[in-house]
Amino acid sequence: MAKKQVSKSTSEVVESSGTTRTTTRTTTTTTTTTTPKLTTSNTDTTLSSILTTFEESYFSSTPQSIVLIDVYLAFVMLTGIIQFLYVVLAGTYPYNSFLAGFICSVGSFVLAVNLRIQAHPANRSTVSMSPERAFADFAFSSVLLFGFCINFVG
Amino acid sequence: LRVTILVLIGILAFSSRLFSVLRFESVIHEFDPWFNYRTTIQLVENGFYDFLNWFDELSWYPLGRVVGGTVYPGIMVTAGLIHYVLNLLNFPIHIREICVFLAPLFSALTAVAAYLLTTELKDTSAGLLAAIFIGIAPGYISRSVAGSYDNEGIAIFLLVFTFYLWIKALKLGSAFYGILTAVFYFYMVSAWGGYVFITNLIPLHVFALILMGRFSTRIYISYSTFYVIGTLSSMQIPFVGFQPTFTSEHMAALGIFGLVQIMAFIELLKSHLSETHFKRLFVGIAIGFFFIGLAALVGLTFSGKVAPWTGRFYSLWDTGYAKKFIPIIASVSEHQPTAWPAFFFDLQLLIVVFPAGIFFCFRELRDEHIFVILYSVTASYFAGVMVRLMLTLTPIVCVASAIAFSYLLDLYLKEDIVDAARPPTSELLNAATESVEKESSKKKASSGDASNHDTNAPTTFHSTVKLAVLVPMCIILFIFTWHCTYVTSTAYSSPSIVLASTAQDGSMHIIDDFREAYYWLRQNTDEKAKVMAWWDYGYQITGMSNRTVIVDNNTWNNTHIATVGKSMSCTEEVSYPIMRKLDVDYVLVIFGGLIGYSGDDINKFLWMIRIGQGVYPTDISERDFFTPQGEYAVDARASKVMRSSLMYKLSYYRFTELYGPGRPGRDHVRGADIPATPIHLSTLDEVYSTENLIVRIYQIKKPDNLGRPLHAAARFGKKRPRPTRGKKAASASKNTRG
Repeated sequence: MAKKQVSKSTSEVVESSGTTRTTTRTTTTTTTTTTPKLTTSNTDTTLSSILTTFEESYFSSTPQSIVLIDVYLAFVMLTGIIQFLYVVLAGTYPYNSFLAGFICSVGSFVLAVNLRIQAHPANRSTVSMSPERAFADFAFSSVLLFGFCINFVG
Repeated sequence: LRVTILVLIGILAFSSRLFSVLRFESVIHEFDPWFNYRTTIQLVENGFYDFLNWFDELSWYPLGRVVGGTVYPGIMVTAGLIHYVLNLLNFPIHIREICVFLAPLFSALTAVAAYLLTTELKDTSAGLLAAIFIGIAPGYISRSVAGSYDNEGIAIFLLVFTFYLWIKALKLGSAFYGILTAVFYFYMVSAWGGYVFITNLIPLHVFALILMGRFSTRIYISYSTFYVIGTLSSMQIPFVGFQPTFTSEHMAALGIFGLVQIMAFIELLKSHLSETHFKRLFVGIAIGFFFIGLAALVGLTFSGKVAPWTGRFYSLWDTGYAKKFIPIIASVSEHQPTAWPAFFFDLQLLIVVFPAGIFFCFRELRDEHIFVILYSVTASYFAGVMVRLMLTLTPIVCVASAIAFSYLLDLYLKEDIVDAARPPTSELLNAATESVEKESSKKKASSGDASNHDTNAPTTFHSTVKLAVLVPMCIILFIFTWHCTYVTSTAYSSPSIVLASTAQDGSMHIIDDFREAYYWLRQNTDEKAKVMAWWDYGYQITGMSNRTVIVDNNTWNNTHIATVGKSMSCTEEVSYPIMRKLDVDYVLVIFGGLIGYSGDDINKFLWMIRIGQGVYPTDISERDFFTPQGEYAVDARASKVMRSSLMYKLSYYRFTELYGPGRPGRDHVRGADIPATPIHLSTLDEVYSTENLIVRIYQIKKPDNLGRPLHAAARFGKKRPRPTRGKKAASASKNTRG
């Protein structure tokens, strides 16, 4: 039970900050810090009932492995947000290092979402690919991503 | 069979580009390839790391140029790699041969890539047609003949192949193909500045798909993988650097990336929530985020965090922009709008069938067809604005017309399966040995089974109707190949460093003045000598005569070019100090008046004046170079400023003496008679003029030993006063000295 609650809270972070991530990507400056607050507060206040139904539906329908991926997603997103906040505070002097780290987070997030989509049993009808193949793709692209990142950190 | 045909197409594409090598010799042709060639030599001789950190002292003399950070290294690395592999296999070949034959090799690969792309769009038969079209289409041959060692040679292959991989990734929804797209995009970024086209076209495609309500997880997977890896990898190229994060050209991709994330998130919500709940959320989230993102982007652009469009790209939208503000962009002949005949000349019947292919794409509107439509619309627009971008239009024209032709063939060659074997043989009879015919007739076999699924086509036609359609089609395809070969051989296969003129008896006379002059510079001047010429010849001078130039074809410093333009268009007294300050030793001008070579410096002189005027408006005025009637004349009516300008003097120095004393010289380019008044040069000496007077090289005089201005010193030597007026002359010269 306790375990479930942990994943519950994290999954919430995933979804609500799924939007935060996109905004930070599109704007990439200080203005962004205000925008996520706005929208999350909107959804929280008016639509708390929706959130509860969402949680219930999520935990009833999501298999264990997918929840694991979601926890990973939440962690990756957290690293990205921390890096971004730090840049907002400290400035972008070694710009390539910031980009390398931040894009590494974004990239890992995106690749894991790919894996999540491809491995999700509910998507079996639309995705013509075995989960094993999806995982191989994930591994390959992650290796490539990290290679480029390490080359770029400088 | 398919492999055989593709190999044949590859050979055809390779061999139809060899006209200039067979006719003349295997040399690098235009201006830009000389720089690529020189950097490739640097890469091959000194290794990759030296090449990346190479500081070139031979160009932009007082400034120098950081080559590693200001060049797209893709083509040099490709050529260097091929050279390395061949030498590893004990097949020693000079790097020049690789540079010369790189473009034909890659155009054969382009044919294969076009085959793959069209196969994704329709079927293999259309793919083979597209391959043969792009193999011989003159619009592409013009930039990829043997010897034109330019970025476009490999870039078009990479463009088509990247698009193929993108279509494939989108269809399969596979991260693996998304990665491959990104990797080839990286290669493309390293090869050509036109990668911006890809970064804008693929997001446009995704955006169109989203607007049409065709968003799916496949789009998410392919696009976001491509974007993340592609952006990260494109930033590894030193010339590109951080541009993907702050220039406007790349913002569309970033915005669409954000939009795709939101869409995916909404999809996730949709799967968990009921309809009514979802609708309430949707409006708030999607629309809100989109506009916040847009507003942030606009705000950032205006506040200067995101750089606005650069001039070169901006002039594609506002077509009058370059002419008004940046004359150096407008001065390049490739940046002019395209005329109608050029479309027909470059893409003969393809341009006619092209809209039909688009129509077929509309009729069967799958995700990838939207891509073709968007590509053709944007590329058509850009090709209409700029001659040079005809190159990006050519692949899609080939693909679309191959689709159209293939529909036609499917329809009229549709047979009962029993009869499927017969038409190829009857076709073979009227089809000649030409490979297009062969290919189209062979295709019948494949299209016979390929068209089986196409059940909604009308019933089969009578055989005479079929013949009436197919025979003209074979004929126009035959004419197309003939046209392509003709255009390639006459228009696009002439090296610009060697001029060929045909004598009356049909024998060819070769004018080789450029290399004559460049080798004179190489052999007879000091190694540290600096040559001043207009920027067009910068790459060739450094490439062939191995001397330092002041400006070259990489026009990164407009002020420096304007300085050279100023010293060319001012009087000797004004330009001599400028040239002394720049440490110039030799001045080189191109003059075609004797044999009628129209691309000479007098015809480019107006651009020198305009570029010079843009920076030094007080010293140069374009008005002064015209006659009172507003004509640009070089004969007796020429204005005084024109006549005393350095360029005029250098071009026509001792020109009229060729025609005998007292008679006016005939300028065959301008069609004007040059008055026989002798031109005196006081600050320069003529040191070399080539056989046909095309290239003239002058040496800068040292300052006078006695400290007089050089024009005074020259007058002292030339017009000796008569002995009776000796005292007066002596005092006069004393005055000038003081």
